[in-house]
Amino acid sequence: MSDDIWILGITMTKFGKHPDLDTVDLAAQAAMAALADGGVTMADIGVLAAGNLIGGGGLGQQLQKQIGQTGIPVYNVSNACATGATALRTVIMAIKAGECDMGLAVGVEKLSGAGLLGAGGTAKSDKNVYEPSGRYGAVTNTDGRIGTNNMPGTFAQIGMEYGHKYGGTSFELFAKISEKNHSHSTLNPLAAYTKKMSLEQIMGDMMIAYPNTRPMCSANCDGGAAAVVISGAKLKTLSLEQQRRAVKVSASVLTSDPWSESCQVLPDVNTLTRMASTQAYEQAGVGPADLDLVELHDCFATAELVHYDNLQLCEQGGAVDFFTSGAPWRDGTMPVNVSGGLQSKGHPISATGIANIWEVCHHLRGEAGDRQIQGARVGLAHVIGLGSACGVHILEKSAA
Amino acid sequence: MSNFDGAAANLLTMGPKRCTYKGGPMATAVPIVDYLVLGDNPHLIARECTGCGARFFDRRNACASCFATTFSNAPISTTGELKAFTIVAFAAPGVPVPFVAGVVDCDGTSVRGNVIGVDPDPDHVALGMKVKLTTYVVGTDDDGTEAIGFGFAPLEA
Ligand SMILES: [Zn+2]
Repeated sequence: MSDDIWILGITMTKFGKHPDLDTVDLAAQAAMAALADGGVTMADIGVLAAGNLIGGGGLGQQLQKQIGQTGIPVYNVSNACATGATALRTVIMAIKAGECDMGLAVGVEKLSGAGLLGAGGTAKSDKNVYEPSGRYGAVTNTDGRIGTNNMPGTFAQIGMEYGHKYGGTSFELFAKISEKNHSHSTLNPLAAYTKKMSLEQIMGDMMIAYPNTRPMCSANCDGGAAAVVISGAKLKTLSLEQQRRAVKVSASVLTSDPWSESCQVLPDVNTLTRMASTQAYEQAGVGPADLDLVELHDCFATAELVHYDNLQLCEQGGAVDFFTSGAPWRDGTMPVNVSGGLQSKGHPISATGIANIWEVCHHLRGEAGDRQIQGARVGLAHVIGLGSACGVHILEKSAA
Repeated sequence: MSNFDGAAANLLTMGPKRCTYKGGPMATAVPIVDYLVLGDNPHLIARECTGCGARFFDRRNACASCFATTFSNAPISTTGELKAFTIVAFAAPGVPVPFVAGVVDCDGTSVRGNVIGVDPDPDHVALGMKVKLTTYVVGTDDDGTEAIGFGFAPLEA
């Protein structure tokens, strides 16, 4: 146990609109609640990693000024949608390296009112005289003329590519995945959207990028999440109650995408996720069949399908059959996104990679109330940020 | 541009060149991107790594696959198969919607582009459909130079 890494305290704020809280407020709320959950204070923390994308930089130091300035090293991290997982992994690496025995990871984002994730990218106005610029020598804006840069469209193609390769996909199939997650969200009081949606409602909603309608896209919202990480040796010096509620980090993996033929034409979210899950299963000494629940990065309904396969929850090429078997519903053999997933829980980007770990910990601690997956002992949390970065963590219930 | 190596520098001479085009006797045209080659047989061209054959459409400092630093120009097949697509209905300001964005497998090289010449709805676009490269005028600048874009249109059976 002494070399092990544990989550001592963890929390997420309510996801949704927080008009009265700024980015630092949300980070402070999450961090203070995680410290309280772990029964420790900033005096115990030896390292802080703070994840945030659009807050203007330097969140970690701003946060210290609200919750405690102790002179510890601060790492401000930014890694697209994998930012939260990267902050957590930064703290885990510091503890593994023996630099300290306890650390705090925080991820926070304020996005409500930001419109569609990644839909931005200001269209530069056409120049009066065409001059090539940039690495493609473009004479005018190419977004929408040479494919799409927007996230709904990108992930739509990723799902369609899977369908082309293996067959069996349809608009209705992808909508059914969304129906599952919206149904799960009704049991999660911290989710941004908690309304059940029928298949007809989902398919009939506003089309964003075929086959993803609006409820099939991750919801932009505000939120924060934080975790206190501790070494096994230090944990042994704490109370039995703290040891009982601690959750073991059996695997912590971060990958980037290796080169593949089409990865710079359409992002390849598959290869690096499969690599990360393979490494994680090896590190943890468990296999997919041992998992009691999975929180995966369903930034769009089309993305969830491919990650069933990439996380090896099914045979290669078998994601459609896996879904239609009912396995990923909360009462199925492999519950996926019982939190409601990004489509209903919301996706405050930098918070997501810690919030999904909170969800898994919540079940492993037996504290998930109405949505508790009974007897959960092992869970997996996955995030991916385009570019790309993939984080996979495997968590195990304490034996204490 | 000081980081261009010799091979990449060759691309500059190949790069977007003003040339006469069918827009009229005096009209000149430039490709929307430098990997589109205009002329009688418009086609795309990739930077092909001389070490491993990996192909890239943008300027490269080194190969992402094998780290080699020399590239040659490889013409890309103008026909292919649509292997992924989406119909974008809601996009950033300035991007006309709806449009069909896709990835076309051109004889083993994946190419990003719009599917054009079809109604942008799921009844008229299908995975696996055969398409061919086609060009069109994107716009005209104040000097009367036309920007020529490309897309993929259904290949008539
Ligand atoms: Zn190479």
